[in-house]
Amino acid sequence: MDIVVNILVRTVVAGTPLLLATLGEIVTERSGILNLGVEGMMSVGAVTGFIVTFTSGSPWLGMLVATLVGAAFSSIHAFVTITLRANQVVSGLALTMLGLGISGLWGKPYIGRPLPVKMEAAPIPLLSEIPVLGRVFFSHDPYVYLSIVLGVTMWFALRYTRAGITLRSTGENPRAVESQGANVGLIKYVSVMIGGAFAGMAGAHLSTAYSRSWIEGMTSGRGWIVIALTIFALWEPSRAFLGAYVFGGVFVLQFVLQPLGISPNILAMLPYLMTVAILLVYGLTKQGKRRMAAPQTLGEAYIRGSR
Amino acid sequence: MDTSTTERRIEHLEMRGIEKRFGTVVANRDVHLEISAGDILGLLGENGAGKTTLMNILYGLYRQEEGSVLINGEVVDIRSPKDSRRLRIGMIHQHFMLVDQHTVLENIALGDETVPFFFPRRAVRPRVEALAEDLGLDVDLDKKIYELSAGEQQRVEIIKALYRNADLLIMDEPTSVLTPQETEQLFATLRSMSENGHTVILISHKLEEIMAICNRVIVLRKGEVTGEANTADVQKTDLARMMIGRSISSSYPKADLEPGEPILRVSDLHVLDDRGLPATRGLSFEVCENEILGIAGVSGNGQREAVQAICGLRSSESGSVTLHGEEISNEAVRTISDLGLGHVPEDRMVHGIVGNLFLFENAVLKKHHQAPYSAHMRMDYREVRDHADALVSGYQVSAPSVSVPAKNLSGGNIQKLILGREISSAPSLLIASHPTYGLDVGAAEYVRLQLIERRDSGGAVLLVSEDLEELFAVCDRIAVMFEGKVMGVVDPSLATMEEVGLLMAGVVNESERAERSSVADAGIVDEGEPSFVAAADGNALPDDSATIATSAEVAE
Amino acid sequence: MTIRVTPREETTQGFRTLVLVGSLFAGLIAVGIVFAVRGVNPLLAVWSIFRGSFGSAYGIKETITKAVPLILIGSGLALAYRAKFWNIGAESQLLLGAVFATWVGLTWGPHLPGWLIIPLMFIAGFIGGALWGTIPAILKIRFGINEVISTLMLNYVAAEIVKYLVVGPWKGETKFGYPYTDDLPDQAILRLLPLSRISPALVVLAVVLALVLTYIIFRTRFGYEIRVIGESPEAARYAGIDFFKTLLITMVISGGIAGIAGVGELSAIHHNLSYPETISAGYGFTAIIVAWLGKLNPAFVILSGLFFAGIIVGGDAIQMTLGLPAVTVSVFNGFLLVFLIAGDYLLYHRVKLVREHA
Repeated sequence: MDIVVNILVRTVVAGTPLLLATLGEIVTERSGILNLGVEGMMSVGAVTGFIVTFTSGSPWLGMLVATLVGAAFSSIHAFVTITLRANQVVSGLALTMLGLGISGLWGKPYIGRPLPVKMEAAPIPLLSEIPVLGRVFFSHDPYVYLSIVLGVTMWFALRYTRAGITLRSTGENPRAVESQGANVGLIKYVSVMIGGAFAGMAGAHLSTAYSRSWIEGMTSGRGWIVIALTIFALWEPSRAFLGAYVFGGVFVLQFVLQPLGISPNILAMLPYLMTVAILLVYGLTKQGKRRMAAPQTLGEAYIRGSR
Repeated sequence: MDTSTTERRIEHLEMRGIEKRFGTVVANRDVHLEISAGDILGLLGENGAGKTTLMNILYGLYRQEEGSVLINGEVVDIRSPKDSRRLRIGMIHQHFMLVDQHTVLENIALGDETVPFFFPRRAVRPRVEALAEDLGLDVDLDKKIYELSAGEQQRVEIIKALYRNADLLIMDEPTSVLTPQETEQLFATLRSMSENGHTVILISHKLEEIMAICNRVIVLRKGEVTGEANTADVQKTDLARMMIGRSISSSYPKADLEPGEPILRVSDLHVLDDRGLPATRGLSFEVCENEILGIAGVSGNGQREAVQAICGLRSSESGSVTLHGEEISNEAVRTISDLGLGHVPEDRMVHGIVGNLFLFENAVLKKHHQAPYSAHMRMDYREVRDHADALVSGYQVSAPSVSVPAKNLSGGNIQKLILGREISSAPSLLIASHPTYGLDVGAAEYVRLQLIERRDSGGAVLLVSEDLEELFAVCDRIAVMFEGKVMGVVDPSLATMEEVGLLMAGVVNESERAERSSVADAGIVDEGEPSFVAAADGNALPDDSATIATSAEVAE
Repeated sequence: MTIRVTPREETTQGFRTLVLVGSLFAGLIAVGIVFAVRGVNPLLAVWSIFRGSFGSAYGIKETITKAVPLILIGSGLALAYRAKFWNIGAESQLLLGAVFATWVGLTWGPHLPGWLIIPLMFIAGFIGGALWGTIPAILKIRFGINEVISTLMLNYVAAEIVKYLVVGPWKGETKFGYPYTDDLPDQAILRLLPLSRISPALVVLAVVLALVLTYIIFRTRFGYEIRVIGESPEAARYAGIDFFKTLLITMVISGGIAGIAGVGELSAIHHNLSYPETISAGYGFTAIIVAWLGKLNPAFVILSGLFFAGIIVGGDAIQMTLGLPAVTVSVFNGFLLVFLIAGDYLLYHRVKLVREHA
């Protein structure tokens, strides 16, 4: 029993950066922009979060700066794909390379120097006393709580606010949004940068809470899992929770099951195979295909006032 | 009721000396337009006359190079739809600006900054319900847009505009997607709006429509105003002259030929549309040598799906399609095409050409696998270029060279290229879907003459069009489709447009039905009743759905 | 002052070259800024990279060595991207090629002569890459699964397969517990130019394949059909082009050639299968930019492949001279790619600064 709870606890922690970045990518894709640069944005977030925490001694400042830098970094993608209407796939790949490169370059002097302070766990009084649930959800570092709060907020905002309707409409039919007098380009810029901010925050979680040191390439493919998770979640924050924790759980199980003679490599494949398998299941039925339908204009350039 | 529009009501609106250019193309030149509260103004002109451009300027989607807009005598600056909405101008585009996956309510709430940020739908609902009741418009607010018919979607657009306190409502070709009944309903709504002091500008190229609903009309041709009148004071023919610069030529010279052997035979065809709903339900007709069969009908009655099924682009559920007696239903596109089927597709820019490839590469699209353009696996681009040169000179395609991207050609030249490509191999059956839509008069005329030329030289032609005048001018027979079936087939030299209009609406006069079914039973053609004449083979044509399904058998 | 943008109708070859050079130059400036912020003199860094790659005999030899896989993969990607099939899985197709070839080399190598075993390994590698490449093609056409996702996912799956093999069943008996397979027998190893890692046979193969692919794209019926599918799937359907067959063949070629690149790395350079990072220095990803810079024309890919190979080699050089991490090269790649696709905007639009009259 204790082992199970332990696994669940670590699952939530491992799923948190995935959840944060996936929530961000959902916003970006809902506006009709595909950003494959999550891996790069997370890396940049991780390195800035680490450097700021290292030099200032404040993990909170690290989180804030990583978030802002993530947003700023993603604006490259926004400019190239929205203003210049360039290919979103290629631009996203460029952003990944750039992010991995810049983070490697800037992080070099910090390799092998652990943080003096990291984002410590802060159990929530009372709630953390609840058996099982308390340990699984309420005895973590603030990033975990933040990701849950942000996820629920986003779920609510997409459904029940004016901004949510506007955002969802932008990815589906930008012309309809524009005809109502809204600035489609601006909405897309903001959405891409929200995606960048969330990815930056997710990166900072990796380097200042999940671990306390900077390692080159420490995102180790999480950014790509996020791309998969966004589809897995069918662009719904509620399902992003499920997906992020399932994938986080697989991370944890890799280490737990290794002593039992189960190859860690086979387990490491699972999340990726699962993503393809789930897409396959959706793809098999007509009903599923409709549910799998991405925001209608995802990946397309929008030209204002085009005829 | 609302606070977003602080401006007072539009009593009078004027556009003065409007000029708009796209690159070197002048879309509007020195256009003047005036309108007062309660007016229903028709903006008449052919496709490409600059009507929509002018209205997009008024709505703030485009910005004019010259000229100004005045409301109640004051100059206003309209830079975006936001400005026009503040000034109480609303616009309903030809393609609805609705989000298909969202509900009616969400669509109306979109962009409304007067409702609370949280739970906006809650605040919107009562106001929309009140508005809908006022106008007598019935719409289910919680349905998703894609579940609604075109007419219902249009109602949503009207409600949306009025919800935003529009005084002036611009409607772009509002009836093009409607059945005649829905059109009547729309006109009734417009009349009651006008009585309430609303003002409407109706963009149209249909004369009847303008005469029926508008009190004033302004005619545009090639971007300029060529006439202005009260509809009470003018005749249709006057308007037509203003619109196209001369009277409509009502028919074209055709060789006096009897239809020959049937080439295409469609019987009891059942096809589903993209949503999986029946698009054609037992469609039957045939097209013969030396014959142009027109397919008339309000769009969305299965014409598109039927054409796609014949060409192999859509699978059919049941029924048969034969070309030269050979069964082609559910065969591959290439197989069917190689049997001698030419196809001028509906959306020429999307299906007919590949915009980024060169003109010469487009000249062999669909034929590229045949000799002499390709041998074994290799393409012979010298042959391809020669063919392209031949098409350019033979079909009056105006292009700087055959090595320009096809997208750089004008719409008319693209259509001539496609037509030339499809005709040049002398297909035994040519299917042309809306081949003149959006073309200028000269190009449209050229296309029609080419269709007739094909007929005269022994081909069978299936012409799908919404332009009744065109069908009457060109076709030997016109089959009218309604809800996926042929409602009736008429001879254009004997029938009237009104009769076709009724068939398009799915209406068959009860007494006539009785009379004609007896005629059909007897197999006699009644000369005294010219509206529904016999098919080429002498059998009377069925008139309602029950007998239509068997028309192929009758024909046999 | 406002910026006015108007569409551009036609472009001259000279202007296109100017935009290309300008984009590369702007990219280098951006890279320079990143270096400067990090406290490295950008001019020195660029100079070191250039000297490291093209400035010495060793550098040139290494550049050619690394250009071979980039040209191979880049040419194959150019083909796939012409069909707008976004294959980002070349890295894994390369790995599978190496895996298949390793199996052939280790199993049959000791028993067969070199003139037979080496072609067999290349054929096996082609099959390996092709099989791995057709999976996403089938998933896309039959089940509507986005190829960007599936190729990405398969990259990770392939990497784990390789890791599993080299630490598990294929772990070399002569390798003292290190994650390598045994070395290939001598006859399964490609001959190299003296004092270099250049295999003349591979260089010829890469250039010939690139030229053959150019011919395929621009002179064959298959190439025509690929371009029609890529530019307009709707028109391709109208024209009766068989999507399944065409895309499948495209991915057989694209994946297969990446597999060949894997065999080359294995047989000429490494001689055994080891961790994925060792087998391929991210060639599958870098080749994406190579293909793009080569304007999806394999003949141009030969040049852009050499260019990026130079950057990789130069990047290794500045690791030594300036103490920067190897991943620095990604900054180059990233920025150059961003500016290249941004530069395309100028090909289709005129951008002018105008003074607006109030």
